[in-house]
Amino acid sequence: MAPLRSRLRAALLAGGLLLVGGAPALAAGEALHPPDTKFSFDGLFGTFDRASAQRGFQVYKEVCSNCHSMRQHSYRNLRELGLSDAEVRAIAATVQVNDGPNDEGQMFERPGRPSDRFRSPFTNEKAARAANNGALPPDLSVIVKAREGGADYIHALLTGYSDPPEGVELMDGMNYNKYFAGRQIAMAPPLAGEGQVEFKDGTTATVEQMSRDVTTFLAWAAEPELESRKQMGVRIILFLTILGGLTYAVKRKIWSDVH
Amino acid sequence: MAIGLHESEFKNPVIRWVDARLPVFTMMQKEYGTFPTPRNFNYFWNFGGLALVNLVIMIATGIFLAMNYTAHVNFAFDSVERIMRDVNYGWLLRYVHANGASMFFIVIYIHIWRALYYGSYKAPRELLFMLGVVIFLLMMATAFLGYVLPWGQMSFWGATVITNLFSAIPLVGESIVTWLWGGFSVDNPTLNRFYSLHYLLPFVTFGVVFLHIAALHITGSNNPLGIDPKGPQDTLPFHPYYTAKDSVGLIVYFIVFAALVFFAPNLLGHPDNYTPANPLVTPPHIVPEWYFLPFYAILRAVPDKLGGVILMGGSIMILFILPWLDTSPIRSMRFRPLARIALLVWLVSFFVLMYCGAKPPEEPWVLIARLATLYYFAYFLVILPALGAKERGLPLPASISMPVLRGGGPLPAGAMAKPMEKA
Repeated sequence: MAPLRSRLRAALLAGGLLLVGGAPALAAGEALHPPDTKFSFDGLFGTFDRASAQRGFQVYKEVCSNCHSMRQHSYRNLRELGLSDAEVRAIAATVQVNDGPNDEGQMFERPGRPSDRFRSPFTNEKAARAANNGALPPDLSVIVKAREGGADYIHALLTGYSDPPEGVELMDGMNYNKYFAGRQIAMAPPLAGEGQVEFKDGTTATVEQMSRDVTTFLAWAAEPELESRKQMGVRIILFLTILGGLTYAVKRKIWSDVH
Repeated sequence: MAIGLHESEFKNPVIRWVDARLPVFTMMQKEYGTFPTPRNFNYFWNFGGLALVNLVIMIATGIFLAMNYTAHVNFAFDSVERIMRDVNYGWLLRYVHANGASMFFIVIYIHIWRALYYGSYKAPRELLFMLGVVIFLLMMATAFLGYVLPWGQMSFWGATVITNLFSAIPLVGESIVTWLWGGFSVDNPTLNRFYSLHYLLPFVTFGVVFLHIAALHITGSNNPLGIDPKGPQDTLPFHPYYTAKDSVGLIVYFIVFAALVFFAPNLLGHPDNYTPANPLVTPPHIVPEWYFLPFYAILRAVPDKLGGVILMGGSIMILFILPWLDTSPIRSMRFRPLARIALLVWLVSFFVLMYCGAKPPEEPWVLIARLATLYYFAYFLVILPALGAKERGLPLPASISMPVLRGGGPLPAGAMAKPMEKA
């Protein structure tokens, strides 16, 4: 329940501010609280904006996937985002997958199939760190659930890069981002601006737009069950409310001779 | 009726045949049909039944989760994600199980609160209460073991912190920790034994629950007035009165449960547990699940490791001697104006500890946690024994039925008007 969560968060934040006497001077290294962003999947009846999630997948494929794996996902899962079978096959076939051993005992490369997991950019953690100045790009399969603030945080982080304020010394190879813990992040600003990605539906690929889209995609990736979960929840709670009313009426009837 | 057969009162020939040889139907009728139950229960008396329902839900969902879970450090996290994505309704099973643990603690905490407030721990129900504390301990162990299984960051580091507590034991501490781990760090052998024990303990719990209920049916239930039923006018048959009343509470419980599972399934969890366990990266704040926070706060309130462990254990163990610490003959806090306030303050100290447990161990939280810990223990060790000797309770009503049935006879001179207004 995003509104409840954000209200809780707001209350906690307000309490925290009161405790420090409302002083605005946050410590230089402390991360800012991500602002509450409105997403299509918020609320009791939220669903994933399919067009946005598809654009988000494109951003992931063309930008994020150069460093970030999504080990929990198979290409076949993309059908749930409204991609056709042929599109999914074509996307899977663009990668080479290491398979085998074959009958001769040799490993071989073959084009990807829908049943394959998303191909990881690095073969192992060491390779990933070696290519990224010692930092490990986290797997993005459940990143929205794995970060305090969820989708709001991801969106804030992707759009939160800026030049460091005066007097802040960045460590070698680090970038300033006010939403990241410690405010120094190894990831270079991934979303550069218009022209970086060309959306098929003609949407202008601003940093804000790409960030929203990829966040929607990642939210779906973390909770592919979200839509059926919320639909089931609404029905079950309606059912229980009616059943509860009836049960209470029965209870009153049974107890009427006692009171 | 042949010799050796039970004389059954059931008319249905099949039921009668079984009942004569194994009188389960007679027993159920006696214990859950006609069982004389005080007529003045409030909704606090729902929570024992709710706890039993919760235990059954946990075992049922757990069995199906176990069919799809892999207890190995390399596969545990991924097998849980597979349950979430590829197992039919796996997400539902897992979210019901994970939030079911939280619901279980909510229910049990209210159930324990009911016992503390209405003096359900006092004679003749001391053993009943102690069995309840055993169930609570088993539940805590089971919850802790279960939280380790998804093998996320909090699973791993929580397991490391909690098992390391045993190293505070002088001389043999380190050996005990190695023995618990099955090695020299939390690793695959630890995960395997935790899984085995996590599957075992709920059934042990079930056994103790049976004893808890058996003991309850010997002494009978306490009630909000804390006075004994004096005859049939003070009781009602369990069915249909309390089956109906419990059903109402059960639906409300299901609604709260459903709201968590379907709309905020990760509200009570920690985001770090969606990051696979990494022994080389320590999370900035290691916090246990919310239901352990008060005890975690007590642990950290003591500057000495062994002292902290002793106090944390003592905070629950003290419940075993509570029936003898509270010497007042009055059960219900409704008639103990001073102890009632002391107990309400104790409840506040419990929540304060819960809040402090979630905070980093810095000032002012350490100081606040110390004060709350002090009061937590003072309530049991100082206030209750002192009040037992000194406090003058309010006059008790003559019987349960009198305050309940309006116009049920003359009131003994001002005996009950005041307290019953509150009720």
